Amino acid sequence: MAEKTFTVTSESGIHARPATTLVNKAGKFSSDIELEHKGKTVNLKSIMGVMSLGIQQGSEITIKANGNDADEALSALTDVLKQEGLAE
Amino acid sequence: MSQRLTGIGASAGIAIAKVFKLENPALEVVKTTIDNPEQEVERFKEAISQSKTELEVIKDHAEKELGEDKAAIFAAHLLVLQDPELIDNVTSKINEEKTNAESALDEVSGMFISMFENMDNEYMKERAADIRDVRKRLLAHLMNVEFNTPSMITDEVIIIADDLTPSDTAQLNRTFVKGFATDIGGRTSHSAIMARSMEIPSVVGTKEITGSVENGTTVIIDGIDGIVIIDPTEDEKGSYEQKRVRYEEQKKEWAKLVDESTKSADDKHVELAANIGTPKDLPGVLNNGAEGIGLYRTEFLYMNRDQLPTEEEQFEAYKEVLSKMEGKPVVIRTLDVGGDKELPYLNLPKELNPFLGYRAIRLCLDQQSIFRTQLKALLRASAFGNLKVMFPMIATLDEFRQAKVILLEEKEKLEQGGVDVSDSIEIGMMVEIPSTAVMADLFAKEVDFFSIGTNDLIQYTMAADRMNEQVSYLYQPYNPAILRLVKNVINAAHKEGKWAGMCGEMAGDEIAIPILLGLGLDEFSMSATSILPARNQIRRLSKGEIETHMGDLLQLDTDEAVKQYVQQHF
Repeated sequence: MAEKTFTVTSESGIHARPATTLVNKAGKFSSDIELEHKGKTVNLKSIMGVMSLGIQQGSEITIKANGNDADEALSALTDVLKQEGLAE
Repeated sequence: MSQRLTGIGASAGIAIAKVFKLENPALEVVKTTIDNPEQEVERFKEAISQSKTELEVIKDHAEKELGEDKAAIFAAHLLVLQDPELIDNVTSKINEEKTNAESALDEVSGMFISMFENMDNEYMKERAADIRDVRKRLLAHLMNVEFNTPSMITDEVIIIADDLTPSDTAQLNRTFVKGFATDIGGRTSHSAIMARSMEIPSVVGTKEITGSVENGTTVIIDGIDGIVIIDPTEDEKGSYEQKRVRYEEQKKEWAKLVDESTKSADDKHVELAANIGTPKDLPGVLNNGAEGIGLYRTEFLYMNRDQLPTEEEQFEAYKEVLSKMEGKPVVIRTLDVGGDKELPYLNLPKELNPFLGYRAIRLCLDQQSIFRTQLKALLRASAFGNLKVMFPMIATLDEFRQAKVILLEEKEKLEQGGVDVSDSIEIGMMVEIPSTAVMADLFAKEVDFFSIGTNDLIQYTMAADRMNEQVSYLYQPYNPAILRLVKNVINAAHKEGKWAGMCGEMAGDEIAIPILLGLGLDEFSMSATSILPARNQIRRLSKGEIETHMGDLLQLDTDEAVKQYVQQHF
């Protein structure tokens, strides 16, 4: 299992367009990937799940990947968060 | 017997074809118990895969016709459709509760919809509509109900609908859609503007077309006179076919004027410019021989998204328009939102009178970071063409001065940073609030130009909401009160050596054109497709002769009297 915690830096938090990119990326891996925010955990491959968290600027999020390609998945998702200027 | 309906001609042209009704099917979900959950899950998955194929077609189509921005909504639909939370919840409901797929889907999606609707964020609330759309598509497949979407059309048809949403118009295939008619809407409604830019004949506001036709009924759309004929007789078909041919020939005649300049019969030049919303409108502008852009509505850059456009995005759009116009004048209007044009991500409070509320320059002077970002993008783009910046909804001199100071501040900052900015940017304003038309003599000393926005000027002068059908009789472009205001603005501009243009619907109106020419208007900005007919008309008019009538015309007492005078004399 791979796990990493980020702080959201984007002014508008994580919704819609960035969330779409993130979910699309997660969908490319076979591992189970979860997103944790304020004690709630959702499937990171679910756009509705991710958007339902209503993640705001400044909050902490944790991504957990479990499966064959967990490490690759986590590093790819980290890239997306950074490229989109979402979190660090 | 044929039947005739009258509406508003929203886009000129004649079309004869069979009806394709765009309607929302009634999808009533009945909960039943099933014996074979595996088979039911299979059925659900089949519906997903059919919907997916459909949405991919729509998305490709929208990307080609309208660009990636507008197609993004369908990418979001595809994600919702394949959402594991949705699929897993429905599947386990079917398996555990032995309920039918329709009802499982209805309940699960209903839960998500209410979750999103209850969120404290406009944008999220709107996402509920995406889930609804996807649910509808899936249910239609599960129930084997035909779910008409315009992208699926492969015959020549005329679309009949209550109204066309942006997502409907996005899917129209120009090869097959010959025309459309709707129950509601007016000349300035979204579907009408789209129809003109796509050059599809259309009639809007017929009130009862959807109830009067069936799929496959033959109809004639006359977008020139705003008439729909249902089940036409052979004679009617023949005479409209002739009208269509005449119109096409006329268009060919007009097309010869593409490279001509706009001169009246007595050799006086005026400028005919186009109104645009995005750089994608440029081909229409160039094909129709516009001499410039008289109104670039920048708000489209800000709409249908979840956050403000960056300076870079704006710069790219402005630069594209300026450079493709190759030095011809381009008037770019700064952000005109608020009121009825909402941007959910700005979280603006609801207003009782949005047209009299917090919008356009009022919002920009208050939320200056939004305004400054746009101005920076505009100033940087100015190096690539002939930019004129225009402020919307100015009511007082003080507002104009403030806006101008901010623009000059940003210009100085950029120049200090070594950025190339044009030195000949004209700074002007819209005249759409009567206070500015009345005070035009003082404004004229400080602006470089005026552009009269008649759609709003008329509604503010007559105190009549142009969206309210019960007071639509007060929307009178030729009312002498309006004409006198227009005259005042033009005279004030000329006295100070400035120019005056017009960018409302009125500038392209056959009756208004002779009057405006006589009043001395310098620039007429209109839908690109109106330019050639307007040029054709102006070439036959003598400005000098019309001027001699102006004294009499401005003494007329009603809208109707003005209209009759023009029809008799010019």
